[in-house]
Amino acid sequence: MSGNYIVYAIGLSAVITFFLRALPFLFFGKMRAVPEWLDRLGKNLPAAIMAILIVYCLKNVYTEWNFAGLPEVLSVLTVGITYKWKHNTFVSILAGTICNMVLLRMQ
Amino acid sequence: MNKTIIKYAFIKSLPIMCSYLFVSMAYGVMMEEAGFGWLYSLLISMTVYTGAFQFVLITFLSSGASLLTIMLTALLMNSRQIFYSITFLDDFRKMGKRKLYMIHTMTDETYAVNCTLELQKKEKEDTMFLVAFFSRLYWMTGAVLGGILGQLIPWNLEGIDFCMTALFVIIFIDQWEKTTKHRAALTGLAVGLIALVTFGASAFMLPALLITSGLLVFSERKAVKP
Repeated sequence: MSGNYIVYAIGLSAVITFFLRALPFLFFGKMRAVPEWLDRLGKNLPAAIMAILIVYCLKNVYTEWNFAGLPEVLSVLTVGITYKWKHNTFVSILAGTICNMVLLRMQ
Repeated sequence: MNKTIIKYAFIKSLPIMCSYLFVSMAYGVMMEEAGFGWLYSLLISMTVYTGAFQFVLITFLSSGASLLTIMLTALLMNSRQIFYSITFLDDFRKMGKRKLYMIHTMTDETYAVNCTLELQKKEKEDTMFLVAFFSRLYWMTGAVLGGILGQLIPWNLEGIDFCMTALFVIIFIDQWEKTTKHRAALTGLAVGLIALVTFGASAFMLPALLITSGLLVFSERKAVKP
């Protein structure tokens, strides 16, 4: 394995990742104003993406549908219930994460 | 930038700290085991700066995968990032010199946190920048620590990365409570689940985002036109 190969591999990965992040700016960055439909999409996306990210975080619960996914499901419920109750971000993150870590070790 | 903003941004970035330090430490350890010292972990975390793909890159580098494979995998695994910039098109371009930095540091986590800021222009820009700055710092620090300490890390922290899932759930609830229109949230949830079942855990993100965006643009258009 040559040093050059590693440098190229890292460089290409970095360039491609940056390119993807910058793509909307390459397409729409030059316009004076962002087109209305895109602006509206941008405002609607956070709620949709948050839902998709939650599905992403829990994706293994589905693929290994057995008790291995139980800690995560219960911890998500813990977060949801405590947050609805207290509306305190840190209390809920702490409660959910501790719940998850304890349940993982009980299996 | 005053102290209040720095403190505010730091507090906002704390959930990211839990997750990033832990995950990137694991990354540093795995790199070390594959024969790449902390300098490589730092270099990759600094330039590529993306979660799951960095782990895949370890196996690629140690097995000498072709550059084409690496490129295509980077394209596919990180393509979801395209959608994040759309939300910040306007915000970032007002940020002048910091725009490129903001684009480079966009991740699932900074996107989530920066979506929630309800601040005025200058304060919002500074906070977004600092959240991005802190997050990248956590990621690099963890990677270096993992590489140096390696297996010496005595505590078993398995499961601590759940704090990120928790944050997403909290932001989801917040956004839900802020509006009576739940179409976007429900579309994302439904399409996400259907895509997961259809395309499987490793490939569902891109189709889910594409279909969701398409549906949102289309349904808005219908809603606006009489």
